[in-house]
Amino acid sequence: MAKDILILAEHLNGKLADITFEMVGKAKELAAGFGGKAVAVLLGNGVKSLAESIGADSVLYVDDAALAQFNPEAYGRLLAALIQERNPRVVMIGNTSIGMDLAAGLSVMTDLPLIAYVNGLAADGGTLAATSQIYGGKIQAEALPDGEACIVACLAGAFPADTGKGSAPVEQIASPAPLDDLKVNFVKLIEPEGGDVDITQQPILVSIGRGIGGQENIELAQELADALGCAVSSSRPITDAGWLPKTRQVGKSGLTVTPKVYLAFGISGAPEHLEGMRGAETIVAVNTDSKAPIFDVAHYGATCDMLDLLPALTEKIKG
Amino acid sequence: MAVGLDKVKPEAITEDKHLVVQGMDISGHWNRMFEQRVSWDYDVDNLDRVTDLPGGESLAWCYGCAKCTAVCPVDIVGDYSPRKIHRKTQMGVDLFNSDDLWLCTTCMNCLRVCPKEVNMIQIMPAVREQAVLEGTTVPPELQKAFEDTAKHGNPLGQPQRKRADWTKKVGVPVSIMKDLGRPVDILWYVGSYPSYHPRGNDAACAAARIFNSLGVDFGILGVEEKDDGDSQRLAGEKGLFEMLAEQNIAAFSKYEFSRMVVTGPHEFNAFKNEYPKLGADFKVLHYTRFLVEHLDKLKPMLKKPINLKVTFHDPCYLGRHNGEYDAPRQLLRAIPGVELVEMGRCRENGYCCGGGGGGMWLDSFTKEHTTMRLSERRVREAAEYGADVLAVCCPFEVSRFEDAAKSTGNDELMVRDILELLDESMRG
Amino acid sequence: MNIVVSIKQIPNLTDELEINAEGTGLDHDALQYVLNEFDEHAIEEAVLAKEATGGTVTVIGVDTTGELDGALHTALAKGADSAVKITGDFPRGTDSHTQAKLIADAIRGMSPDIVLTGVQAADDRDGQIGPMIAAHLGVPYVGVVTGVQVKEGKAVVHKEYAGGVMAEFEVALPMVVGVQAAHQPPRYAPVSKIRQIAKTAKIDEVTGGAGPRAGSTVRRMFKPESAGHAEMWEGSPEEVADKIATLLAEKGLVKRG
Repeated sequence: MAKDILILAEHLNGKLADITFEMVGKAKELAAGFGGKAVAVLLGNGVKSLAESIGADSVLYVDDAALAQFNPEAYGRLLAALIQERNPRVVMIGNTSIGMDLAAGLSVMTDLPLIAYVNGLAADGGTLAATSQIYGGKIQAEALPDGEACIVACLAGAFPADTGKGSAPVEQIASPAPLDDLKVNFVKLIEPEGGDVDITQQPILVSIGRGIGGQENIELAQELADALGCAVSSSRPITDAGWLPKTRQVGKSGLTVTPKVYLAFGISGAPEHLEGMRGAETIVAVNTDSKAPIFDVAHYGATCDMLDLLPALTEKIKG
Repeated sequence: MAVGLDKVKPEAITEDKHLVVQGMDISGHWNRMFEQRVSWDYDVDNLDRVTDLPGGESLAWCYGCAKCTAVCPVDIVGDYSPRKIHRKTQMGVDLFNSDDLWLCTTCMNCLRVCPKEVNMIQIMPAVREQAVLEGTTVPPELQKAFEDTAKHGNPLGQPQRKRADWTKKVGVPVSIMKDLGRPVDILWYVGSYPSYHPRGNDAACAAARIFNSLGVDFGILGVEEKDDGDSQRLAGEKGLFEMLAEQNIAAFSKYEFSRMVVTGPHEFNAFKNEYPKLGADFKVLHYTRFLVEHLDKLKPMLKKPINLKVTFHDPCYLGRHNGEYDAPRQLLRAIPGVELVEMGRCRENGYCCGGGGGGMWLDSFTKEHTTMRLSERRVREAAEYGADVLAVCCPFEVSRFEDAAKSTGNDELMVRDILELLDESMRG
Repeated sequence: MNIVVSIKQIPNLTDELEINAEGTGLDHDALQYVLNEFDEHAIEEAVLAKEATGGTVTVIGVDTTGELDGALHTALAKGADSAVKITGDFPRGTDSHTQAKLIADAIRGMSPDIVLTGVQAADDRDGQIGPMIAAHLGVPYVGVVTGVQVKEGKAVVHKEYAGGVMAEFEVALPMVVGVQAAHQPPRYAPVSKIRQIAKTAKIDEVTGGAGPRAGSTVRRMFKPESAGHAEMWEGSPEEVADKIATLLAEKGLVKRG
């Protein structure tokens, strides 16, 4: 099976994550070049129907009560065993909250190289070239594994999801490693506190980042949002500082939003943030640093001071 | 018998003590002024903790005359003065954990009038340093300024690499020492607020244009310049000050210059009085004194009259701390049309803007403990004297007073750095 | 409770990052190095755990810059009890695989109850250090964690998923935790205190042997196709505000006054 590509299907709360389809789509394209197959691996409990909705060349699934919820230790054991058993050419794992618990450990356990933060993959004359997005999105590094085989950890949103949807022959396999005596025990899922505005349902978002300067300036953003009849959202540093509730955070560890207009004020555009808002219909970015990565995804940009702009815009909207 | 009198040990009172001071016989009844009063009415452990600190000794010297209370700018808007601090501490209040610790702006008006030389400019930093080391009671906004300064080299938390970005909007060349590669006459230390704050930028740009017109041979350090750290020292972060001083002194010593000119009084104080203790050896001038040297050349360039009533706010660290009252006034008088009016609290008795000694980064904290901001009190005074313009020459002040003018409803009062007024008159 | 924190220095991302002449890596010598922000959270969480349950905190890192002492002194000023640096021929930008192996080898003998480290670093091109240390030590790992509670041989950790959903795990110690954020912002260490500590504190030094390699080779490093995408609006805040208002009106989201 040395030509196959193994993809870890990611799911939470009975739903496959987009990253699964994104990786499967890309894997099919690469596998064709290597003369192998894109084989998705799904670990879970009662997940046959989920397995059937993955558009890979084939889907393997392990069904076990111990896998009812993600468990890094269980996943790590099973994947290490599967990799050793099936000897794939490439292992694709999401560079996500789930995948980041697994890929680097597997690299040590299986002695396979790992290339992480991947947002570009190409079969370059039979060799896999993986491009990583590092240093906060400021640098791209294209690398080749030293041997043939490797693990790649792919960033969410790097590849189109459409080609990974569909169906494939599904095969249930026995757990390739024992799942008793786990030291990591899942206790419960904690849903985010409700009661606040749902920023995923807003037509416009006034989104703020570090550039807001201080907590006292949050009200400038709120006044604009009030005038527009929409909500204030933010990048991670703002909710980390406790200036806005966690429910307002856009990005990897926050929410993914797709408003008609996303107004990004003082947000530099770390990859984790871009992940959560690049799907907005129109993005306007205001940041004093003309080189901020946010301008790469924005449709319109300006480098003026947001603290001057916010009140000016509020005035304009109020008329 | 009067209350407490029975506690005075009779043997401690000596009627016929003989004393000759500077040849003068002042023998007579025992007077407590000659010796430290021994207090056994209270537990003075907390007072001892202060006076045991190097720099904290003089708090014990207070004899409660209250001259300081009359001039303390914080007492005028609140309930705080050195005498009150002494009394509270004497009665057992723990200054190390008291909000009072963060209210002093080290303006020095108390020391000016104190017959006992109780030196709050040494006491407060000494006690604050202990509080900072323990880290439990430092107001968060001040802590943030420390952290920003430690991380980014400036209390505004702006990136170090952007320190010279303001030069892009000047319109005349501003040379950076590293690129210049030759000695200069004047090394201009720009300072953090002129480098980063939008209103500070205005003063920096004005200075650059004035220096340029005067043909001054000058350069700036650009990204090699760090905050002077003096206000952080006075707010209790002595280590941060020392670290910045070492970095700045290393940067200064890389280049040859005859004299240094600074935009701000706090930097002036740091470089004149504090950096030499750490091995710095150069001559420093505040820009007002430097420009007065060039007044003959400058005057004919001031073409456009500014027909306004201008009052001047003496910065504590230029005036009281360093004795410079005249240079700023000479510059203002040189501008055609300017009518200079003095406020009641001026020169040696100038009122504090509230920004010194860390007050710049304690705005919300101080607001909670006073009836109005010190800057608001000052702006009201300027308005009371009918001024159109409040002229300043400290980079802390422009934004403080502009905010205060707005919040007190004195929107029509213009706040301008002297540099901006000179520049405006020159540009015609 | 024997708590170990693994830290790493990375280039200061607010600096302009320059690529070396070969186009295969950063021009490391031109860069200022700072402590990985996530490691600052790991230190904070460790000190909080110590304050809650007692124990000792040991901070350890591979000295790739010759300047690790500063970061270690800062950690000591924040409440760590001892500091260890691994020295040897490890240049700036040493890969994660090498650093993880060196750290795992150095801490194995310390028999830690829990190892905390930042969940990731901006230069983890070959993966994150935390899971690698766990794999070398043969202990479990949970990452993207925003809260750790330790009690009686167990840790209760909260792991973040997308959308603010969190999972709670109970893990038998020892384990390695990848910290996303401490449950309170990292405390400030006064420079006064750091300087005091720098004069007196002893940093244990361990000589590191040869590590593995990243297992992949960068053949081309470049800056992403920048800007271009956004159409830039010049002008004053008022002018920009006008353009935004027009855009919103065109989309029918506001009435144009």
